[in-house]
Amino acid sequence: MHPAPSVIIFTTFSGLGFGLLAWLGFDASPAKGWAAFWWFLIAFGFACGGLISSTFHLGHPERALKAFTQWRTSWLSREGVCAVAALFVMGLYAAALIFFDTHIPHLGWIGALLSLGTVFTTSMIYAQLETIPRWNTPLTSLLYLSYAITGGALLSGRVTIALILLLITTAVQLLWWKQGDSAFADSGSTLGTATGLGDRGEVRSMAHPHTSPNYLMREFIHVIGRKHAQKLRIISLGLMAVLPVILLLLPFTHVFALLAVLSHIAGVATSRWLFFAEAEHTVGLYYGMR
Amino acid sequence: MTSLPTSTEKKLGLVIDLDTCVGCHACVISCKGWNTENYGAPLSDQRPYGEEPMGTFLNRVHSYEVQAEGQSAQTVHFPKSCLHCENAPCVTVCPTGASYKRAEDGIVLVNEQDCIGCGLCAWACPYGARELDQEEGVMKKCTLCVDRIYNENLPEVDRTPACVRTCPAGARHFGDFADPDSNVSKLTAERGGMDLMPELGTAPVNKYLPPRPKDSWDDESILAPFLEPVADEAKGLLGWIDKQLSRLPGDSKEEV
Repeated sequence: MHPAPSVIIFTTFSGLGFGLLAWLGFDASPAKGWAAFWWFLIAFGFACGGLISSTFHLGHPERALKAFTQWRTSWLSREGVCAVAALFVMGLYAAALIFFDTHIPHLGWIGALLSLGTVFTTSMIYAQLETIPRWNTPLTSLLYLSYAITGGALLSGRVTIALILLLITTAVQLLWWKQGDSAFADSGSTLGTATGLGDRGEVRSMAHPHTSPNYLMREFIHVIGRKHAQKLRIISLGLMAVLPVILLLLPFTHVFALLAVLSHIAGVATSRWLFFAEAEHTVGLYYGMR
Repeated sequence: MTSLPTSTEKKLGLVIDLDTCVGCHACVISCKGWNTENYGAPLSDQRPYGEEPMGTFLNRVHSYEVQAEGQSAQTVHFPKSCLHCENAPCVTVCPTGASYKRAEDGIVLVNEQDCIGCGLCAWACPYGARELDQEEGVMKKCTLCVDRIYNENLPEVDRTPACVRTCPAGARHFGDFADPDSNVSKLTAERGGMDLMPELGTAPVNKYLPPRPKDSWDDESILAPFLEPVADEAKGLLGWIDKQLSRLPGDSKEEV
């Protein structure tokens, strides 16, 4: 799949933002007044920045409001509804903390669940697609949720929890990569089943329908990026988990904490780039490429 | 509404005969011609005379080579357009309700006024039947020429999809699969019409007829005894030349 920057920025930052919102919502003794303002500014900034970025790849962003209508069937629509609901509820919760010094725990819990629900619906947009076997697994939702919860813990300064979660997320990521590497072969789709000619012998693509790449090839076949996939996986894990763990284990300073967060974000973005670049779509079969 | 109809009155679709298709791409051109000036936004081209020309097409013809173990290879031309699946995954993923499957005849269409161009339906389609128009920013797909097949302003012979009307080989057939006596239902039954990627459960309406088996050299012919090689070893002048050449070094190893 084509790793579009808008979608990588969207999933990385809105995941972190909604993860942080979830922690802020579940917090039993949250900051109030100005301190609360800064926490919510970061969380809303990430969540909304990511959502706005996702509209950049639309052909007609001015019609985006129509995307709230089909929540009965479409995960993308559900994500939109869930995101707006989470932002609205957490907005009320934040306003009570910032302006009225009032903590409304139940509102926070609802907002936190909606925030995690937003991350889950985002993950289902990808996990539902049978055309991309690497994504078509419940592990994709687990992956997105663990990234969001871990990033949220790190951003909200919960050092001990973040250390444990970083290890768990590393394990989930490794598991997801392992099952993803054999997912296409396990799905059973080949050029033989794609053309119906597989039982007659070996099928080979002899000529494309056109002389240069079309929309389908640009969107679904991304071969170049996979060349360095293994190295990028190691870099991603190093930045996402290893470096932040080392920085958090060192005596606490704000500089180290900031570096840990920045390194984590870079690691998540790298992992998301691989999420798209390594994904193979069944359309590639028709072109004799994946 | 992006929920699929539980059943459709008719199941309009195509039968594509892989035995007959000669790969001339006439269906590609007539499809582009009709659909760029009728239903919905035109089908744009990018850099049509420049480097890496690109454009929106609703129908494309691939060419494949099929080779069974020990047999000679066979070329199969393979036209591909929307299969108007009964269980169309492209419809249910649409967030705006722009994609829909018609309950009356099963045609899958895009309401371009509602399409936000998110591209998710193209991701959900296993066959590459949907293309995002780079100029208009909306999703384009085969309409089964919905503006021809019911069009009473056209002579009756033209009330069929442009690709079917134009095919010089007669490799494309249009009809109602819900009717067991229709031409397409009969062809599918007679020739063993296939689904593409049946493992994905999309239940395509369009069917592909497999190439018919080719003649084989191994078949026993009444002339076979007369076609046996009469001489295995060279004799006379050619035999002498063969012997002399064999004495010289330099023969490739397999032949020695």
